[in-house]
Amino acid sequence: MNEISWILIEAGVKALIIIGMMLLVAAASVYVERKVSAFIQLRIGPNRVGPFGLLQPFADVFKLFLKEDIIPAAADRWFHRIAPVISLGVAFAVYAVIPFADYIVIDDKIIQFGIAPDVNIGILFILALTSVGVYGITLAGWSSNNKYSLLGGLRSSAQMISYELSMGLALVSVILITGSLSLTDIVRDQAGWRWNIFIQPLGFIIFLVSSFAETNRAPFDLPEAEPELVGGFNTEYSGMKFGMFFLAEYANMATASALIAMLYLGGWQLPFPPEWLGLQPHTLAMALAQFAFLVIKVAVLIFFFIWVRWSIPRFRYDQLMNLGWKVLLPLAIVNILITAVVLYILK
Amino acid sequence: MIETYLPLIFMLVFAFAVAFIFMILSEWIGAKRTTPEKVTTYESGMVPRGTARERFSVKFYLVAMSFIVFDIEVIFMYPWAVSFNETGLAGLIGMIIFVIILLAGLIYEIRKGGLKWD
Repeated sequence: MNEISWILIEAGVKALIIIGMMLLVAAASVYVERKVSAFIQLRIGPNRVGPFGLLQPFADVFKLFLKEDIIPAAADRWFHRIAPVISLGVAFAVYAVIPFADYIVIDDKIIQFGIAPDVNIGILFILALTSVGVYGITLAGWSSNNKYSLLGGLRSSAQMISYELSMGLALVSVILITGSLSLTDIVRDQAGWRWNIFIQPLGFIIFLVSSFAETNRAPFDLPEAEPELVGGFNTEYSGMKFGMFFLAEYANMATASALIAMLYLGGWQLPFPPEWLGLQPHTLAMALAQFAFLVIKVAVLIFFFIWVRWSIPRFRYDQLMNLGWKVLLPLAIVNILITAVVLYILK
Repeated sequence: MIETYLPLIFMLVFAFAVAFIFMILSEWIGAKRTTPEKVTTYESGMVPRGTARERFSVKFYLVAMSFIVFDIEVIFMYPWAVSFNETGLAGLIGMIIFVIILLAGLIYEIRKGGLKWD
C-alpha cells in the first residue's frame, strides 16, 4: 500500500510538471506562430502586451476565461460540454508514455524522465488515444446542431481516420527495425547517429505528412476552412471551451513534433559522443543535456509546422482523400514489405 | 506489473480531470448575460433554417467503414513487427501474402469507386 501511494505521488508530481510544461509550450507556440506568420506577411505581429508582445498568449487565455460561455439552445447540452474535455484530455494524456531523457540513478534509485516511458505498449497507447481524439471533434461538430459545425466535424473525422492508417503503417517499419513498442527502446536504438530517418526516409516522409493531417494543420486544415465553413467544428463554442480546442490543437502539434523527433530523429540522443562534454551516463547533467537536445529538435519541428502553414495553400477535399488513400497508404504498405525483406536478408 | 501501468492509468485520469476543470472554470468564471439571440444557432447572420440533424453524404460512411477494415489489418501487423526476429521466414512469407490480399482489396475498392470524391 505504501509503495503504491509513493508511485501515485511520484506520478502526480510528474503529471503536474508535464501539464504545466504543455501549457507553456502551447502558449509559446501560439506566440511564435503569430510572430512568424506576421514576419512572413511583412507585418509586425503582437507587440503591445509585455516586451515584444511576449505576454500576448497569457492575455488571450485570461480574456477567454472571462468571456461568456454560450451553449446554443438547439445544441445537445451534454455532448456539447464533454467534447472539448475529450479533445484536451487526450492531448494531455498522450504525454504519459513520452520519454524526455534517459533514466538517472541517484543513490541507487532509478528516476525516470517521464510518467511511464518504459511501458511496453507506448506506441499502441498513443495510436489508441489519437483515435479517441477523433470523438472530441466529431461530437463537437454533431452536438452543436449547426450545419457548419457538422460539416467541419465530419470532414475532420474522415480526414483524421484516413491519415491514421498511413501513420500506423509507417510506424510498423520503425517497430520492425527496433522490435519493440516502447518509445524508450526506439530512442535507445538510435544511439550514435543511427537515426531512423536515414534508414527509413520514405517512412519519415509518410509520417510527417500524416502528422500534418492528423493535427488538422495547413495544408490539411479543411475542417476549419474559414471561407466555406466559418470556424468548422468549433463554430458554436465560445469562452475557454473554444480555447480548449485551440490548446488541444497546439498540444497535438507539440506531440506530433515530439513523436517525429523520437521515432526518426534520435529523440533525446546527443548528436555527439557524451564524453566530449565529460558527461557520465545516467547522471542528472547527462539527462539535462539530453532533454535540451530533445527540446531543440521539437522546437525546430514546431517551427517547420508553422512555416509550412503560412507558405502552402490549402488542399481540396478530394485531393486530400486521394493523397491519403491512393498514395500514402499503398506507399506505406510497400515500405513495410521492403523493410521486412531487407531486414530478413541482412540477418 | 502494477508499477508500470499504474502511472499510465493515473495520467489518463489526471489529464481528463484537468480538462474537466478547465471546462467547469470556463462556465463558472465567464460572464453570464444570456439573451435569446445569443443562444440561437449561428448561420452567417441569417435566421437559422431547420436543424443540422439531416442526412449527410454517404461517402463519409464509406470512408469510416474502409477505415475499420484497414485499421484492424494494421493492428495485425504490430505483433508480427515486434516478433519479427522470432517468426523469421515463415512470418515474412505469411505477412507478404496477407499484405498482397490487403493491397488487392484496396485496389478493388479504388477501382469500384469506393473512395471517389467529386
